[in-house]
Amino acid sequence: MNTVNEMSLSFLSKSCNEAFARSVVAAFVMNLDPTINELSDIKTAVSEAVTNSIVHGYKRSSGIIYIKGKITDENKVIIKIRDKGCGIEDIKKAMEPLFTTAPEEERAGLGFAVMQSFCDKVKVKSTVNKGTTITLEKTISVQND
Amino acid sequence: MLKTEFKNNILTAYIDGEIDHDSAAKIRTRIDGAAQSFKPRLLCLDFSKVTFMDSSGVGLVMGRYRQIKLLGGALRVINIPDSMYKIFAMSGIESLGVLR
Repeated sequence: MNTVNEMSLSFLSKSCNEAFARSVVAAFVMNLDPTINELSDIKTAVSEAVTNSIVHGYKRSSGIIYIKGKITDENKVIIKIRDKGCGIEDIKKAMEPLFTTAPEEERAGLGFAVMQSFCDKVKVKSTVNKGTTITLEKTISVQND
Repeated sequence: MLKTEFKNNILTAYIDGEIDHDSAAKIRTRIDGAAQSFKPRLLCLDFSKVTFMDSSGVGLVMGRYRQIKLLGGALRVINIPDSMYKIFAMSGIESLGVLR
């Protein structure tokens, strides 16, 4: 599995950057000629991960969110979203559908469930007070036309 | 981002563009403001012009469901694009019977 393209991006944890982040990732993936659904799946998963970093990772403080993207020769897209925020104490609990620590912000508690159902693989690494890294993997179908 | 219309005791909110954590906060302030002043029998959220939605859209719908119930009204969500139905289906929100 060889890497054919890479990118990295960093930005402030402001909610207006959620749209910026998913648009950049979408533009990066465009080279693989994804279907509209594949592109929408990736944008949605990235939006969930970045929102988690802003709402939970950095809470009311401000920090930097780092995204690294990679495309392999097997048409696999690997996106890492990393923050240096508060970290997740109980990853298993955080990943339960409908679990949220921010109901007052009308968070539905579906972030991880959406990432898992819209990507082939989701990995979560987190250390309390150090930060969280989410790795999303999705293989883009090859279209013969 | 949002246009509202009040007719025959029905408040319709036409949501336009992308729904994420950022825009959802602004959309909900506008809808709740209009709902407070009109106290409609029915609040209708029209999704036909929504181009992107993450789980913040589900939060937005659940929140409006609660708000409008407090005001004695009902909620309906109409014209949901196919690509966004997947998230609504995952959320279990279908059981509220508000999606059309």
